[in-house]
Amino acid sequence: MEFVAYATFFGTVALSYALITLGLNVQWGQTGLFNVGVAAFVAVGAYTSAILTTPATEGRIGGFDLPLPVGWLAAAAAAALLANLVAWLTIRLRADYLAITTFGVAVAVQLAVLNLTPLTGGPFGITFIPRPFGAWASDPALFGFANLALVAATVLAVYAVLECLARSPWGRILRAVREDETAAEALGKSPRRLRIQAFTVGGAVMGLAGAVQAHFVGFIAPENFLPTLTFQVWAMLIVGGSGNNRGAILGAVLVWAIWAASGALIGAVVPAELQARAASLQIVMIGLALCAILLWRPGGLLPDRPRRPRAR
Amino acid sequence: MPPSIADSFAPILSATAITKRFAGLVAVDGMSLALGRGEMLGLVGPNGAGKTTLFNLLAGSLTPDAGAIHLAGAEVSREGASRRIARGLGRTFQIPRPFPAMSVMDNMLVGAQGQTGERLGAGLFAPLRTRRDERAAREQAAALLAFVSLTHLANEPARVLSGGQRKLLELARLLMADPTVLLLDEPAAGVNPALMDTIAARIADINANGVSVLLIEHNIELIRALCPRVVVMASGRLLAEGPAEAVLAQPDVVAAYLGEAV
Repeated sequence: MEFVAYATFFGTVALSYALITLGLNVQWGQTGLFNVGVAAFVAVGAYTSAILTTPATEGRIGGFDLPLPVGWLAAAAAAALLANLVAWLTIRLRADYLAITTFGVAVAVQLAVLNLTPLTGGPFGITFIPRPFGAWASDPALFGFANLALVAATVLAVYAVLECLARSPWGRILRAVREDETAAEALGKSPRRLRIQAFTVGGAVMGLAGAVQAHFVGFIAPENFLPTLTFQVWAMLIVGGSGNNRGAILGAVLVWAIWAASGALIGAVVPAELQARAASLQIVMIGLALCAILLWRPGGLLPDRPRRPRAR
Repeated sequence: MPPSIADSFAPILSATAITKRFAGLVAVDGMSLALGRGEMLGLVGPNGAGKTTLFNLLAGSLTPDAGAIHLAGAEVSREGASRRIARGLGRTFQIPRPFPAMSVMDNMLVGAQGQTGERLGAGLFAPLRTRRDERAAREQAAALLAFVSLTHLANEPARVLSGGQRKLLELARLLMADPTVLLLDEPAAGVNPALMDTIAARIADINANGVSVLLIEHNIELIRALCPRVVVMASGRLLAEGPAEAVLAQPDVVAAYLGEAV
């Protein structure tokens, strides 16, 4: 029973990461946009939904007690808005310059939620975020399964939409921009428009993912949105296979498995007084997995291959 | 029948006294050039003469510091490359630029213009028009791949193509846009002789279909075979202009090639 409970918990968290990774895949995997500020868009989504759906709290603005779907949609919209703004501001930046700027955005957003105490609860974060199927909380197995099913359905829906976009001519010209911006422009495509669109779509998915995580855990704080989150998501995409939506999901589940297993191992093996320090080994483990993939399968486990036309 | 020089009075593409500087270097220095409708014009000159910079200015990849560029009667000096191809002006690159991880067929489809499905979400919200456009583009792409003898490679990633095949792909990909003016930057450079004949024959076919062509080429034999009229550039300026045979025999043209190049 305990194993089932853990498996549903693990699956739910892993799939929520899969959503973030799917968002990054639109930006980096398909368009080549070096976004190192993933945590910012996840944070904006998480806080937006939390503020809109929590009950009114004394001393904090917000707490509108709105229904959960409203929070999730608003989370995607708010993150999309931020992503669109960042894309406009960074339109002339490429590769490492874009990376530095988006990293700055992530730090700024993290510091903002840490210090905007009247809105975000500051360092204490926001608690009592309504959990989906909260009425079933008395039956942990049912509650866990229902949550897993909801997150899985969300991942499936987002995957279906993104896959449809990737296979459409729009997805094709995104890849063309990724491969060679100058050549794409010479063929009449507008790299600026495509970069902004891809950044916005990816940001929206990350925002939705942030809301999903916030509601599943029921509590968010600024420390959930440190650069470690961005690093994890990048590792997930590279391990799974940049440019491949299925690879993004697989990578998220695998890397989260490494993260969770190494955490459990450290908890079991390392003496209590050293555990706080040993926790860093989790990041080391992911770094090792990343190195192994880059050495032996640089395209990831499910690489991005040209699509063959379906037989008719 | 190639048009005579007299037909070139209403040029489809013209540059008037254009200049482009890079820091201290004047790459193109008050250069003028006119390409007639349906003409095949050769552009030759030693390395560093400014030919490719001129191409980039004509194609819209660079903006001139001075002078004007007209395309089909409209001034386009400040328009970007993606706008100029919408007006019918296409260019190839000296070193071909395929999208390496994409299939040869997908490379071709990127060349199609005005595809409904290239708008974000059109594949979801306008599936019928998207599919109709896509089918038409695939048919055109298949025909053009046959035209450049690449049909058997349609589903391979473009990175497996040889240098010459990349040039053919780039040419065919550009033809997807139905251009009326083609700027070809050294289409025969680094290509094996057998493939070179194919490329030359295809360029002649394209021109015979009414497409105006400006051709940069170091291979003088190819220029002689394809271009009735030739423009010679040296040090960013116009050195000579006229019928190919006469111009290529001029002592200063020979000196510019043999004296400065190599």
